[in-house]
Amino acid sequence: MSESTQVTAATTPEPAPAKKGKVPLSEGKRAERRLGLWLIAPAAIVMIAVTGYPILYSIWLSLERYDLHFPDQQKFIGLANYGAVLSNGYWWTAYGVTMFITIVSVIIELVLGMVLALIMHRTLVGRGLVRTVTLIPYGIVTVVAAFSWYFAWNTDSGYLVGSESAPLTSTWPSIFIIILAEVWKTTPFMALLLMAGLALVPEDLLKAASMDGANAWQRFTKVMVPVMKPAILVALLFRTLDAFRIFDNIYVLTTGQNDTSSVSMQTYNNLLKGLNLGIGSTMAVLIFISVAIIAFIFIKVFGTSAPGSDDGGKR
Amino acid sequence: MAEIVLDKITKRYPDGALAVSEVDLQIADGEFIILVGPSGCGKSTTLNMIAGLEDISEGELRIDGQRVNEKAPKDRDIAMVFQSYALYPHMSVRENMAFPLRLAKVDDATVQAKVNEAAEILDLVAHLDRKPGNLSGGQRQRVAMGRAIVRSPKAFLMDEPLSNLDAKLRVQMRTSVSKLQKQLGTTTVYVTHDQTEAMTLGDRVVVLRGGLVQQVGSPQFLYEQPANLFVAGFIGSPAMNFLPGTLENGALNTPLGTVTLSDRIRRLAEAANAPRELIAGIRPEHFEDAKLVEGKPGGSFTATVDVLESMGSDKYAYFTVEGETATTAELDELAADAGSTDVPASGSSIVTRLAASSGAVAGQPLDLWYDSDKIQLFDPASGKNLTYTE
Amino acid sequence: MSVDIDQVTDNTKPAPPARTTGRVPSGAGKKVKWALIDILVVAYALIPVLWILSLSFKTADGLNDKSFFPKEWTWKNYQDIFKTNEFVSALVNSIGIALISTIIAVVLGTMAAYAVARLDFPGKKALVGVSLLIAMFPQVSLVSPLFNIERNIGLFDTWPGLILPYITFALPLAIYTLSAFFREIPWELEKAAKMDGATPAQAFRKVIAPLAAPGVFTTAILVFIFCWNDFLFAISLTSTTSSRTVPAALSFFTGASQFEAPNGTISAAAVIITIPIILFVLFFQRRIVAGLTSGAVKG
Repeated sequence: MSESTQVTAATTPEPAPAKKGKVPLSEGKRAERRLGLWLIAPAAIVMIAVTGYPILYSIWLSLERYDLHFPDQQKFIGLANYGAVLSNGYWWTAYGVTMFITIVSVIIELVLGMVLALIMHRTLVGRGLVRTVTLIPYGIVTVVAAFSWYFAWNTDSGYLVGSESAPLTSTWPSIFIIILAEVWKTTPFMALLLMAGLALVPEDLLKAASMDGANAWQRFTKVMVPVMKPAILVALLFRTLDAFRIFDNIYVLTTGQNDTSSVSMQTYNNLLKGLNLGIGSTMAVLIFISVAIIAFIFIKVFGTSAPGSDDGGKR
Repeated sequence: MAEIVLDKITKRYPDGALAVSEVDLQIADGEFIILVGPSGCGKSTTLNMIAGLEDISEGELRIDGQRVNEKAPKDRDIAMVFQSYALYPHMSVRENMAFPLRLAKVDDATVQAKVNEAAEILDLVAHLDRKPGNLSGGQRQRVAMGRAIVRSPKAFLMDEPLSNLDAKLRVQMRTSVSKLQKQLGTTTVYVTHDQTEAMTLGDRVVVLRGGLVQQVGSPQFLYEQPANLFVAGFIGSPAMNFLPGTLENGALNTPLGTVTLSDRIRRLAEAANAPRELIAGIRPEHFEDAKLVEGKPGGSFTATVDVLESMGSDKYAYFTVEGETATTAELDELAADAGSTDVPASGSSIVTRLAASSGAVAGQPLDLWYDSDKIQLFDPASGKNLTYTE
Repeated sequence: MSVDIDQVTDNTKPAPPARTTGRVPSGAGKKVKWALIDILVVAYALIPVLWILSLSFKTADGLNDKSFFPKEWTWKNYQDIFKTNEFVSALVNSIGIALISTIIAVVLGTMAAYAVARLDFPGKKALVGVSLLIAMFPQVSLVSPLFNIERNIGLFDTWPGLILPYITFALPLAIYTLSAFFREIPWELEKAAKMDGATPAQAFRKVIAPLAAPGVFTTAILVFIFCWNDFLFAISLTSTTSSRTVPAALSFFTGASQFEAPNGTISAAAVIITIPIILFVLFFQRRIVAGLTSGAVKG
């Protein structure tokens, strides 16, 4: 029974030089790889087919003169389209409007969303009710909500305006109504993301902070916000990129009249109203570059971890 | 039922880290073998390699003489019990236990018969139609066992199956696992970090450290003849006391004073070419209240009792002995595993197990005796036990 | 051991009601305060919806009375829209396109998300990266090339012409949400299934899939809402009633006569397409909240 093998507690052997010859993967491992590739193949093929080729095609189109009114004149013109767009006042107005709407609405949404998140997180009564109704703006079709605001601010029918004024016919009032519509629709989404962040703040931490003498505001700024920072940054990233693409609300509320057009609106107009594929594609590429820069700034400067960018660990 | 042979099994991760290094082990048919060691010693990796859940980097794994390195887990005919039990929450207890049989396309009548039989053995008949979520920890553990035994596999692998149970239940389940294994006679490989489980359950115990096998043997043998400092410190509770010592003319000089070694020990030390500076190890039960010992050879010293724990059957007395402490990599690792690295030690802490009739009082000095024939001597450089005998 | 996916984000327990007699006044005061705040939130969320509902019940004469509630109620607007082919076919298109896109996106997304969350294979990072790019992609940038490509290959103004981009933009959403749900499922279960003799495919079908069903369902709702909501593709890639969906059709509505504003019919149509959203929100509030937040927080 007491047969025994004595092994000296030798110092760890010199790590043998890693063999270059690949260790054959076992059947299980190979099956796993095969299955993984088979499972992602359909999704990957669809995503690449519907985006990959069109993106390249779009870049190509942006280098061509291509107006469907004059299909015969289609021709490679290098960067001329970019020159035309970037020297165009309408484009820059639209760019300014888009940036303004994006920044203002995201800031308002952050503040309102935080308030709403705190309400949903802390309320003593009707928690389910509050959460349910706040999902309505999130879920409702943007165009429907836009029509509601349109009818509300419209001179003829609106309960919010007198018969004299016509806010949707001048630039700044229109822009603020667009921002209102945007904020109303997307604040709940922001609030939900922030609420998920709030749930990660340990109750004990807040208790400890109040024992340490922090008042409610200090608990919020010194404890909750730092702990929630990742959630806040992800919410901001999502919303900023989304706001930059604004289209539906403007289309319904002003159709881009009176200098209220966004870059998406401009692209759409050049493409489907003007049927100018070259210019439309150029704008599309410029928007894509802008979005990439915004994402880059968030990820590099603010250190937002892109959602899902963890290595998809198995644990 | 099967014989399992690990032939120089090595696990190297893609980043070059060596998790398990050249483990050689022959597990006989029907044997209950324990892999034990602190966390990160490679015991779970070894188990997963036997299971087929992890690839073997080098070496060969044979079950009943057949190489199975490349076989998928399902083709190895081995059952496993997980630490978290891994019960399928959407299936009833019955469905959980029947699952492996269904996958093996066993006919319905046989499935029912086998599940009922297993439920009978494990006392789960009343719970067959409940979902795992509604069971207690002990019941879940038994369902996990049930799922393993229904298909009469060649071997059971158990990965810390009792560590999620509370202390009392763990002791009960330990007994039933042992009984069940004897009853079924199925080869079993059991992983634990708990040396008590290792001592009480296994036919043989494999102590691992840093991916290397330290010693293989029966629990009693490991306790009495640890191959090195690590095994000596790991096996046994409370742990063996270690003191720095010097050996001169057959006398051992430690912070406890000088003691003449017994002839047996002296001969062993000479045979092993013991260096002058070494580490002496004494188990707690080899100390005694000097008043209760008469005429037995041994050393004696006087120290103040720091803490006294009366267990009823005996008393644990804790002392601090001034002077140097014994330190080696092994001892540091053991201390880290026990979570006591950051206790500042101004001397060696000694644990002794005294007879219940001892008159020790906390805070009072006490005369102590220790058995000079039970001292073990270790080489501080290699950690090797100099008093080891086959 | 039970996988309570509903609980993922909802781990805040309701505060115990203040029962001690001494604290009733302050407790009640707090409740009143919270009730008032709740009412504000409810008003915020509902007023625009109630306004369009109210418009849909107004008579042609009452439409411009600037009153929040109709002075005279009528079903005429609803009767009118269901008489027009314009709306009925748009509704059929909306339902059909959104359902087909949802089913395909969720099936493909489930497969991919399982692979991303559970398996080790080359190309995983690339997939995650590509779907992240698409999630951030400005859709209008895709409209130009798709418009031209679809015209050339005959997909313009057809169901598949909309279904394809919808699937593409829904897939990242589906993959993120689902892989977050999949990560909640204890990994050891799959090992256990393998030890019990299952192939990887069986482990997926018999163990993971049933546990993932709630997450899949939630994802389906989110994807459906996304497809149902789309306006940009709908208005750019369609030109007739054969595939125009309701959001796009709304902006082409004309009144019963040339001189009549279409406000009443637009409102009625708007209310109709809001109904499914309201139903989802009422019945699956917790799931939707969990689904929307899981991906973001875990990321």
